[in-house]
Amino acid sequence: MDITELTVHELAQKIENKELTITEITKAYVDRINEKEQDVQAFVTTLTDEALKSAKTIEERKANGEIKSQFAGIPIGIKDNICTKGIKTTCSSKMLENFVAPYNATVVEKLNDENLITLGKLNMDEFAMGSSTETSYFKKTKNPWNLNTVPGGSSGGSAAAVAANLVPWALGSDTGGSIRQPASLCGVVGLKPTYGLVSRYGLVAFASSLDQIGPITKDVKDSAILLNIISGHDEKDSTSANLPKKDYTKALKNDIKGLKIGVPKQYFGEGINSEVKAKIEEAIQKYKELGAIVEECSLDIADYALATYYIIACAEASSNLGRFDGIRYGYRAENYSNLKELFKNSRSEGFGDEVKRRIILGTYVLSSGYYDAYYKKANQVRTLVKQAFDEAFEKYDVLLTPTSPTVAFEIGSKSNNPLELYLADICTVSINIAGLPGISIPCGVDSNGMPIGMQLIGNSFAEETILNAAYTYEQATNFREKYKPTFKGGAQ
Amino acid sequence: MSREDYEIVIGLEVHAELSTKTKIFCNCSTEFGADPNTHVCPVCMAMPGTLPVLNEKVVEYAVKAGLATGCEISRDSKNDRKNYFYPDLPKSYQISQFDKPLCEHGKVEIEEDGEKKIIGITRIHIEEDAGKLNHNEFGGGSLVDLNRAGVPLIEIVSEPDMRSAKDAENYLKKIKSILEYIEVSDCKMQEGSLRADVNVSVRKKGAKEFGTRTEMKNMNSFRSIVRAIEYESERQIDVLEDGGIITQETLRWDDVSGKTFTMRDKEDAQDYRYFPEPDLVAIRLSEEYIENIKNNLPELPESRKERYLKEYNLSEKDSKMLTASKYLSNMFEQALAICGNAKAVANWLLSDVSRILNEKEIEPDQIPFTAEQLAKMIELIEKGTISSAIGKKVLEELFENPRNPEEIIKEKGWIQISDEGAIKEVVAKILQNNPQSIADFKAGKDRALGFLVGQAMKETKGKANPQMLNKMFLEELNK
Repeated sequence: MDITELTVHELAQKIENKELTITEITKAYVDRINEKEQDVQAFVTTLTDEALKSAKTIEERKANGEIKSQFAGIPIGIKDNICTKGIKTTCSSKMLENFVAPYNATVVEKLNDENLITLGKLNMDEFAMGSSTETSYFKKTKNPWNLNTVPGGSSGGSAAAVAANLVPWALGSDTGGSIRQPASLCGVVGLKPTYGLVSRYGLVAFASSLDQIGPITKDVKDSAILLNIISGHDEKDSTSANLPKKDYTKALKNDIKGLKIGVPKQYFGEGINSEVKAKIEEAIQKYKELGAIVEECSLDIADYALATYYIIACAEASSNLGRFDGIRYGYRAENYSNLKELFKNSRSEGFGDEVKRRIILGTYVLSSGYYDAYYKKANQVRTLVKQAFDEAFEKYDVLLTPTSPTVAFEIGSKSNNPLELYLADICTVSINIAGLPGISIPCGVDSNGMPIGMQLIGNSFAEETILNAAYTYEQATNFREKYKPTFKGGAQ
Repeated sequence: MSREDYEIVIGLEVHAELSTKTKIFCNCSTEFGADPNTHVCPVCMAMPGTLPVLNEKVVEYAVKAGLATGCEISRDSKNDRKNYFYPDLPKSYQISQFDKPLCEHGKVEIEEDGEKKIIGITRIHIEEDAGKLNHNEFGGGSLVDLNRAGVPLIEIVSEPDMRSAKDAENYLKKIKSILEYIEVSDCKMQEGSLRADVNVSVRKKGAKEFGTRTEMKNMNSFRSIVRAIEYESERQIDVLEDGGIITQETLRWDDVSGKTFTMRDKEDAQDYRYFPEPDLVAIRLSEEYIENIKNNLPELPESRKERYLKEYNLSEKDSKMLTASKYLSNMFEQALAICGNAKAVANWLLSDVSRILNEKEIEPDQIPFTAEQLAKMIELIEKGTISSAIGKKVLEELFENPRNPEEIIKEKGWIQISDEGAIKEVVAKILQNNPQSIADFKAGKDRALGFLVGQAMKETKGKANPQMLNKMFLEELNK
């Protein structure tokens, strides 16, 4: 038995049945990291020694009956923009290369409450700005399905680590597709919860009105389990919803008879790769076979979503990233002769090109004289996008689209063309703009064996509906048993 | 043209620190004067990933201030980010309110020489204070202290309705008094918890348009505000009289030289890139919430003044002066409750106490002694234990080293001589030394009696009981 092939719910079952110990599981992952991390480059910080120590302690405390959680001792990877007390949180930026937060993000507190074991902090696009994890200051993470291609982004480290079995599951964050798109490109499951379902406290902000933390897992059930752990109201986050806690695993009924699925045609237009389109159509067929009612529908406004997204996200980012000024923490330029230069040099040297590009864009759209034409207009469109989704959900339970217009592309192939790279988010951004939940699950591979993902979008706080729809499809298709990452290409 | 042909136009933006226990977006203490960076946490230091949570007390206090100044309270309001870089602003934006302030369209009444005037209030909004830069005495730049970062403020923006430095002073005093009464700010100007940005312009009398204004930032004493307005309006008139034009700019008032200096002109005006704060939800206030605050609003200076007129028969002027300061008026009421003599307490507070406050250039909230100590002193006078003259000395002593007045007079040996034998002795001695006065009195000059009493007081260093002296001199003279 290869322990690292197992899902979390399988691991938990085996711990329960005493077939596996926590130490055995942790050790298996540490070995796997030692073997494969050099190829995948998913981690910014690995905590393998600490993890082995924790495993021992948790095992003892569980034996004493001190710890009850059935997931105690399960390892996890955390995207490096989620603050971890005493452990570096770099956002894959030179700016925060040595930043150690004196506090945990609320989600990290929740993982600790369950006694999960952190294996490390995972690579990402710098400050979550990118769709390929290539903008990381530290390293380029490789896609385990083909080491010459990107894992997607910005949670590329998280998705690649899960796909490569370096962690059983991971936390990512999603501002415009940063969980779903890399999940799609790496053939794993990625869930962006409804805005407000998971606390953002301790998530280094990119765009505050769009950011959500969510699970990246091997299968849908693990996503439901991790969502159970991390969701819930947080007094420290005013935008977190105060709703009763749910058990999302109970929603996994493996039955979608009568489920109404809308397929917005705008997501199948120009730029969507034909092999991707074909696999999505197969998935639609599958859903029909499973008893769902599938109809084509229209979301006209979706055409404006990408522009709207880049205006709002950059505007908020330009303000959110102002605090990295070299005064209190983070990178400070060595050479400056006055205050203005201290700010300017620290930020010029500490931020990478993509971050600077977005700060400049965001500053521009908020500046006087341009605010109305850009930021204000974008917010008006945002309202229209929400309305369009509201109308769609009057008719449908779920909307189905591709997650990414293409499969994973070659490293470096788009890095000189930011606009082309922005198109990678075309299927995912409108969901963030509307604050809705979306899940990406694998639905096949292309002719080169690269995974293709489909996105299921739900109404606000209707995670149960999309989880069940995803689960039912997954049970009927068994992607994980048919396809595995090959680690081909790369240096070998 | 002459100066008399010009009209001065003044508008004030008053910043008042709210006296909530904790900061506006975190649980750190707002206490003044702590060691640098001891009242800080990841939130007010703007560590990455931290989020603000609005302190509900701040909204309540701002609504109170709005209701006390006749504002309309917005049912729907929100926070906005004001973006700029400065080391004392850790997030690089200040959370403030831009286009939807909590309170709008208010007014207060000011009075000068019996003439009343309405000053409009454009808006009151909530925002956070910035930290402080301390110059590093060991050389090498400045040090940032973030204790003040996140202390809640309200900004009260007036209409340009003031026409003189005196108007501005009266308006600011009125605002200070109201905020003190409703207990939302301690208004300690010396600690910077009340400060004002002053906008000044001048125009020819009768002109419809306002002149170009200049702004003087962060003024925190009445005296400098008055001086700055006087200087700046004169300067603007001089510029116009010389055929020049006024540039819109931000000025710094220098108290030492008594002049204003350019801080930044319109060209370097910051673009604050205001936009709605996405980390906070909209502020929605119910009718019930506002009604509840309205019903629990404490007595305001105006109504307290009316009460003094009716209940204590104090004069209009005295009632107004007493109630202008909550501290003075509270002291009045507390002392009155002990000694029961409204006239006496009012007189002491408005004459001798106010005179000493002026001499010392301090505000009523800095009076060092308690109302009880003042009341005790008044009682001692009424009981005849000390004279009024000694009372004044006791008061001086209360300002220097406040303690029980009985202790003071014992310690200083100021107890009034009311012993008949002792008084008799003094009277005899004075009469013996002043035969001319006796003659004058007998010739019908009543003033001679006053002179004799005065001599006796002098002889006893003010300690003799003046009533007894009077009585005894009369007895002797009429013999």
